[in-house]
Amino acid sequence: MVPFLAFAFFFMILPASTLVVGAFQDSQGGFTLQHILDLRQRFILEAYRNSIQVSVVTAVVGALFGFLLAYAITLGGVPPFVRGMVITFAGVASNFAGVPLAFAFISTLGRTGIITGLFKSAGLDLYRMGFDLYTFAGLSLTYLYFQFPLMILIMAPALDGLKREWREASENLGASGLQYWRHVAMPILLPSILGTMVLLFGNAFGAYATAYALTGGTLDLVTLMIGTQIRGNVLYDPGLGYALAVGMVVIMAFSIGVYSWLQRRSERWLR
Amino acid sequence: MRRGSLWPWVWLGLGAVYFFVPLLATAEFSLRMQKGTLSLLAYEKVLQNREFISSFLFSLRMALLTILAGVVLIVPTAYWVHLRLPRLRPLIELLTLLPFVIPVIVLVFGLIRTYSRPPLLMTTTPASTDVLLVAGYLVVSLPYLYRSVDVGLRAMDVRHLTEAAQSLGAGWGTILLRVILPNLRTAVLTGALLTVAIVIGELTLARYLSRPAFGPFLAQIGQDRAFEPAALSILSLAMTWAAMGTIYWMTRGQQGQIGGGH
Repeated sequence: MVPFLAFAFFFMILPASTLVVGAFQDSQGGFTLQHILDLRQRFILEAYRNSIQVSVVTAVVGALFGFLLAYAITLGGVPPFVRGMVITFAGVASNFAGVPLAFAFISTLGRTGIITGLFKSAGLDLYRMGFDLYTFAGLSLTYLYFQFPLMILIMAPALDGLKREWREASENLGASGLQYWRHVAMPILLPSILGTMVLLFGNAFGAYATAYALTGGTLDLVTLMIGTQIRGNVLYDPGLGYALAVGMVVIMAFSIGVYSWLQRRSERWLR
Repeated sequence: MRRGSLWPWVWLGLGAVYFFVPLLATAEFSLRMQKGTLSLLAYEKVLQNREFISSFLFSLRMALLTILAGVVLIVPTAYWVHLRLPRLRPLIELLTLLPFVIPVIVLVFGLIRTYSRPPLLMTTTPASTDVLLVAGYLVVSLPYLYRSVDVGLRAMDVRHLTEAAQSLGAGWGTILLRVILPNLRTAVLTGALLTVAIVIGELTLARYLSRPAFGPFLAQIGQDRAFEPAALSILSLAMTWAAMGTIYWMTRGQQGQIGGGH
């Protein structure tokens, strides 16, 4: 117990507090709110906005699509071996992130990618039509590759947790399938659906490697900005770098807080 | 209850397209290094790259150290929480959620700023930087390791197993090593394989701690070359498959308790 707590203190709490302290400290070591106020600069707000946008879009789309697939393999009446396959694929895909994932999408939908080439030979120039793998749309499409499988992995057990008795009971009471979903299943599942969505948000918001390998650091995302700040003081203000990181932690803390609150609610029924 | 419907198959089909198309395209791209013909040239180039092997082995070593440290730290803690200190569960769970709150890039930022100056200077020698690296990896994989151990503990009757072992005269060490851990082998191995999958390709920590790991090597190749990245992508996918396939194979048919079922 003690070693675990010590580890948590030295490698999670302490580094985090270093950043927090740095964010509120001026160059003489006194207290200041200036760094936090400096976050209102246009290019920083833009980076936060981009990061949040990619995360929200991929979380919502990933959660929807992941839920449909989780439903298909649990209650959809497909043969058990299909379920096993999907779970394995999802396990692979949710772990196939970072640099190799970026490479895969560059080979597929990059400027010289295979699918881009296929479309081109069919007379459709994707890049002329406004698609660009190295910007918002491409990044979202790439993130979705690890987002929706995670939803499947979390939702499949939750859907399994819907007890057969509940369905039977509601049918005995004369409920239709729709009513069962509307009044029984959804209220039970909703916290875990929303919770996982929040988790996916954080998953994308904190992603660095995929974005770095895909865009080479050109897109304005908070993670990429912090990366350049670590290497050298590119913001010409160390305090601003700390404030940037603390801003991320605050957003993540908020979303994880919401997640665990929702998770506790869903655990009341799904054990 | 089962109404034969087409919709599940439609979603599965869409999912399959999205899952497989990038993989097939990448596989094809990786074979195109030689103009006009399909060849394995890109793979040859990659495998001949000396840095490929050395960085891969380095990352593998770091992954094993992470797992070892993780098991030593997590199993006793999770066991104790289950058995004696359920009141601490919220605190421990909060701590295992912290890695989600601190993105890796922020974690490495914090680690560097904390440990690159006295009194906690750790970034001066490769060995001490590796300690930092393993610690970082452990933070990143903590939620997964803890969760799989926790699930494993929930699946067994911790209290009765402990009492049975105690009544046979076992001490805490024996209980942990010979009763709890064997019952957790699926859980631990699942977590371990996930950790390997996470650590092997991890870029951020290794890059900013400037260690010769596989992730930075991959990123460098991605900037310098055109076809090798696709080959590397396929190779790392194969490794992820191997890890996941093993997990699937191991957990098949032996869900729940192993020890108490006889």
